[in-house]
Amino acid sequence: MEWKRRHLLGLEDLSAGEITAVLDMAVSFKEVSTRSIKKVPPLRGKVVANLFFEPSTRTRISFELAASRLSADVVNFEKSTSSAVKGETLKDTARNIERMGVDIVVVRHTAPGAPHRLAEVLNISVLNAGDGAHEHPTQALLDLFTIREHKGELKGLTVAIVGDIGHSRVARSSIWGLKALGANVILVGPPTLVPAGFRKLGVEVSHNLDEVISRCDVINMLRIQFERQQSGLFPSLREYSRLFGLNRERMQRAREDVLIMHPGPINRGVEIAPQVADGPHSVILEQVENGLAVRMAAMYLVTRGR
Amino acid sequence: MNLVIKGGRVLDPAGGVDSVLDIFVRDDKIAALGNVPANPDMTIDATGLIVVPGLVDMHVHLREPGNEEEETIASGAESAAAGGITSCACMPNTEPAIDNEAAAEFVILQSNRAARSNVYPIGAVTAGRKGEELAEIGGMVRGGAVAFSDDGSPVSNAEILRRAMLYTKMFDRPVISHCENRELAGSGVMNSGMVSMTLGLAGMSNASEEIMVARDIALAEITGALLHIAHVSAAGSVELVRRAKEKGLRVTCEATPHHFTLTDECVRLFDSNYKVNPPLRTAEDIQAIKAGLADGTIDAVASDHAPHTEEEKDVEFSFAPFGIIGMETLLPLVVSELVKPGIITLQKAIELVSTNPAKILRLERGTLTPGAVADIAIIDTETEWEIDVGSFRSKSRNCPFHGRKVFGRALKTIVSGRIIHEHSPGHGAGGRD
Repeated sequence: MEWKRRHLLGLEDLSAGEITAVLDMAVSFKEVSTRSIKKVPPLRGKVVANLFFEPSTRTRISFELAASRLSADVVNFEKSTSSAVKGETLKDTARNIERMGVDIVVVRHTAPGAPHRLAEVLNISVLNAGDGAHEHPTQALLDLFTIREHKGELKGLTVAIVGDIGHSRVARSSIWGLKALGANVILVGPPTLVPAGFRKLGVEVSHNLDEVISRCDVINMLRIQFERQQSGLFPSLREYSRLFGLNRERMQRAREDVLIMHPGPINRGVEIAPQVADGPHSVILEQVENGLAVRMAAMYLVTRGR
Repeated sequence: MNLVIKGGRVLDPAGGVDSVLDIFVRDDKIAALGNVPANPDMTIDATGLIVVPGLVDMHVHLREPGNEEEETIASGAESAAAGGITSCACMPNTEPAIDNEAAAEFVILQSNRAARSNVYPIGAVTAGRKGEELAEIGGMVRGGAVAFSDDGSPVSNAEILRRAMLYTKMFDRPVISHCENRELAGSGVMNSGMVSMTLGLAGMSNASEEIMVARDIALAEITGALLHIAHVSAAGSVELVRRAKEKGLRVTCEATPHHFTLTDECVRLFDSNYKVNPPLRTAEDIQAIKAGLADGTIDAVASDHAPHTEEEKDVEFSFAPFGIIGMETLLPLVVSELVKPGIITLQKAIELVSTNPAKILRLERGTLTPGAVADIAIIDTETEWEIDVGSFRSKSRNCPFHGRKVFGRALKTIVSGRIIHEHSPGHGAGGRD
């Protein structure tokens, strides 16, 4: 096993071997969720703290369940933060929580790099649950896990990520993970949301979904944020949906065995039509399920890392 | 008092001097070069050292009034002295802003009280730095202001800036522009490029600076005003100033040491000491700045000394204030990054940090010509030392160069014939104590 890290901060620095180590570990943890008693003992006596400085019910619940299935105790801390709010600093909050005997902090924060700075000042494991538009490693890992389950391996697959790549931490982590495992990545969206500079990362950039859809083994649709339209990055949701939404008509051009993914929450009728989200190619709910297994694996591995 | 500085290499670009000479200082003036009295009150042995006109840092922030926990005029003057800087000009982005005669006089008064390096006020161009109405520029000239700028709140209304330039021209003082298009820079916290894209941090493009450099040069052309562009960071800005100079416009500009030393790659550490505006850019921009320094397009090196307390800076990168302190690292970075690699000569370096900024601000300083005010720095360019923020005289520590090995240090700083700073080995300004 190749995993030696104490933290999981992002996929940019991870090797193919390290990523595979998490995915392999998740395979055995996935089985736990199918048991009638959904609990195994590896983190018994350990404490996991979810530090969420940005609201997220779904990811927090996923981490919470993952920790409890490993028999860890879980505490949740939620606080909104902004530059204007004075008060206890992130570091102080984290140091206090560390002193309460916590072993792993799971951090979600609006500011890129917040978990990285915490990893420098804390002596315990830090798991990044999303830092601004930077990275969201467990989401990317669960996507990789889901693809691997269906396709056997990532190498040689073509994966499109469609949507607001510029503001997406999921996209960044996915790019690193997919590249490391040998997949081809196509980023799709309008130039205002998909900066051409991403090509320098060794990925393809397309502004025309219809042109690339037939080449894709996997299409990962990102949630489109309404405020992006308000800030003038595209003219209207209607036009966005027409150009980049995944609907039944567009699906006609897709491969028979294409996988449709979405990190959620879904805007039905905007980036993805209900018939597609609920259709035979969709693995969206499997992603949610796999998220638990991947987060169990990540927590287990970082407690063994040094 | 009579003071003789013996045996040093006297380097004064303004006076055209570069030779081993003794200097005679009588009271507060340079009395003679070469021809010195036999029994002065005091003799300084400068053998093996370089004797230069005291440095002039034309762009600093001293936070008084309003944010004295970050810096005061006195602590800033002390920090300047430790860096070999005998005069500095402080920006008006204080609270309240330096936008009237009394406020300008307050800076001079505090400078005189501190009795260290000279601090000159830069007055606001518009009242309250709001960009709406002209400030009382004439009053501030009377109060001692040497230039005018709204600093980090650039005047967005071009017509108001045009009028300000016309008006300021009557006092033969420059308008200093911090060139940043606010809409384009947006909520950016670093340079816009590969690194910002990878880190998911909002970027500020080179264009957000270059657009305003172009606009302000166009305004200088139609008004004939003196325009000084602060801290050029983008390659295109250097080129715009180069063309303006070729046209014969009265445009000058400065660059900071961090902009010719560090790139946006540093931000990968998420250390807010690398958060500065204009942001650290790329290797290509550094190349352009160095070329501009070498060919005379860039007239001055200034620190943009911007102190912030540890608690302000020790937050998430996105939330931290912009700014790097720099008066105690100005000389070493110029020597280490520009002179030692052969990009410019030591003489050119002294022009950039003393002769030229003194001229731009119309200060009768920046020279060792007999009759001039005896503002002198005695510097060592040959001994390597390590920057240690712990020994800084500034009240703040937000410096990304901690631990860096450098050449170039002021061993003695003399203002108006009085030694205000001495570096003693083992207990020195900016050195390892």
